[in-house]
Amino acid sequence: MSATGAATGAERIAAAFAGHGKRAALMPYLMGGHPSKEESLAAGEAAVAAGADLIELGVPFSDPLADGPVIHAAGTAALEAGITPGDVLEICAALAPRVPVVLMVYANVVLADGPEAFAARAAAAGAAGLIVPDLPQDEADEVRAACDTAGLALVALVAPSSTPERVAAIGANARGFVYAVSLAGTTGERAELPPELSGLVERVRAATDLPVAVGFGISTAEQAATVGALADGVIVGSRVVRAAGEGGADAVGAVIGELAEALRRG
Amino acid sequence: MREREFGPYGGRFVPETLIPALEELERAWIEAAADEAFTAELGELLRDYVGRPSPLYRARRLSERLGQDVYLKREDLNHTGAHKINNALGQTLLARRMGKRRIIAETGAGQHGVATATACALMDLECVVYMGAEDMRRQRPNVERMELLGARVESVEAGARTLKEAVSAAIRDWVANSGTTHYVIGSAVGPAPYPAMVRDLQRTIGDELREQVLTAVGRLPDRVIACVGGGSNSIGAFVPFALDADVELIGVEAAGEGVATGRHSAPLATGARGVLHGAFTAVLQDADGQVLEAHSISAGLDYPGAGPEHAWLRDEGRVSYVAVEDDAAVDAFKLLSRLEGIIPALEPSHALAWLLANPNPGGVDALVLSGRGDKDLAEVLAR
Repeated sequence: MSATGAATGAERIAAAFAGHGKRAALMPYLMGGHPSKEESLAAGEAAVAAGADLIELGVPFSDPLADGPVIHAAGTAALEAGITPGDVLEICAALAPRVPVVLMVYANVVLADGPEAFAARAAAAGAAGLIVPDLPQDEADEVRAACDTAGLALVALVAPSSTPERVAAIGANARGFVYAVSLAGTTGERAELPPELSGLVERVRAATDLPVAVGFGISTAEQAATVGALADGVIVGSRVVRAAGEGGADAVGAVIGELAEALRRG
Repeated sequence: MREREFGPYGGRFVPETLIPALEELERAWIEAAADEAFTAELGELLRDYVGRPSPLYRARRLSERLGQDVYLKREDLNHTGAHKINNALGQTLLARRMGKRRIIAETGAGQHGVATATACALMDLECVVYMGAEDMRRQRPNVERMELLGARVESVEAGARTLKEAVSAAIRDWVANSGTTHYVIGSAVGPAPYPAMVRDLQRTIGDELREQVLTAVGRLPDRVIACVGGGSNSIGAFVPFALDADVELIGVEAAGEGVATGRHSAPLATGARGVLHGAFTAVLQDADGQVLEAHSISAGLDYPGAGPEHAWLRDEGRVSYVAVEDDAAVDAFKLLSRLEGIIPALEPSHALAWLLANPNPGGVDALVLSGRGDKDLAEVLAR
């Protein structure tokens, strides 16, 4: 806690990872403004009610290089419906009193007005942190400094291909938690978890004291339970976005409830 | 602002997954470029397979009409009909050296796709070309050429279904397959080391041009003029003249329906700075940082960004970037056909149109004729 009593984003993230009472924290991804602004807020509320411990809220972008077909299509639909980063920040502000919200936002949106301006807007909307999937360690200094000033955690990503030197540097500069990308590829549901996942989580753990959350390719309760036994957090994206598109908040609540139950059982 | 390869421009704004592949590629390129066996093989292919050096032709009737000497660097006479083959051959040769058996590429009009498919046929490599569905419809003959050459053409349905989305689709493929696959990017864009590597492979244009003009007129040209989409033929032409302070360098972008309409492809002449396809560079974008669709009659210039080295050369004041509208490019396309018996591609027709509007009486100019115009006949005749 800071002197004023307001927790920083990193502190709120740490509290969420410490107090979930499950095998691992559950962090669903929702595309802001998909299928509509109102429905994505309702989906976020349903996710929290069903057991989400943090929310990763996507800012739709024109050229999402890290995303597979489901999230890409959801972002394109949101943009076509006129959703702006400002709209997503309003959704963030509505969810933030109940759950730490980490914005998933591409670099060009963060840099458009300068990273200081974007970090200040995100902090004012109650965001706890940013995940910028196309901002690797080598390019991150300016944005990290802006986030630190604003009280936001710039979450770093590690990939299976990251060299030991890079894992060490990423871990040393990480804020909030470290996002371990489970596989080489874009976001999306996969039938099987990659076999080398536990090795990846161990390599990341050796480089940081922060919680390690795993994302990409996790969609089923069984996969979530397996990952929950290895890591501190489980991130589920495309499955949740698909549910939001197919059945709105009710469907999202049902998917999150099933994933949360699997993490409690485990 | 952080120092990158080109002042503040360049960098690697890509998912972490790709960083090791880009580092591997950079090391491999530096080693290959210093390896005499590699450069000798590439040089031999450029000579015997591509037909280099490409001629420098003094355009007789055009020169007479403008009251000056106009020299055309004839990249249109290369095998496959454009400068794209210089880069595609170099990169596929590098991929083979790196042990990558699968090649991916993006293409807009199809020229880079055809060049890459050609190089892959020659080197017996698997080839997948990403192409927007709209471009596949508009450029059917090039799709058929690529398939005849043994490539698989993947239709890209996202966004406006044109070049920008094809690049994004190729990058997504590479994120998943970089262990086995090399991505042959078609212009001097993308994350490092691509902009510098593509420039190095295209600078043969400028190196030859400089020597050929010196031989022809005994001095350097007053101006070197080239069209700029992503900017590979232009960067290759400009770089050997960078230190010749008396040589003016002019990059001609596509103004589409007019810069004032917003429907154009002129990020250097008009655009803000931002991140596109892995590089910090000149990008057409809105106030929120969403990348805008480009507009140009020329599919090869129809791209909302330009290479990061161009953004730097603009800021440094070394190159002047101007923009020419669709109509003027079409007029220049027709004029060169009638005056010289050379049907130019629509891309260098933009550079020609700028020259026609801005002649240099009594002087000597060199213009890169980056490709032949057969692919553009339907587009022009339909207007």
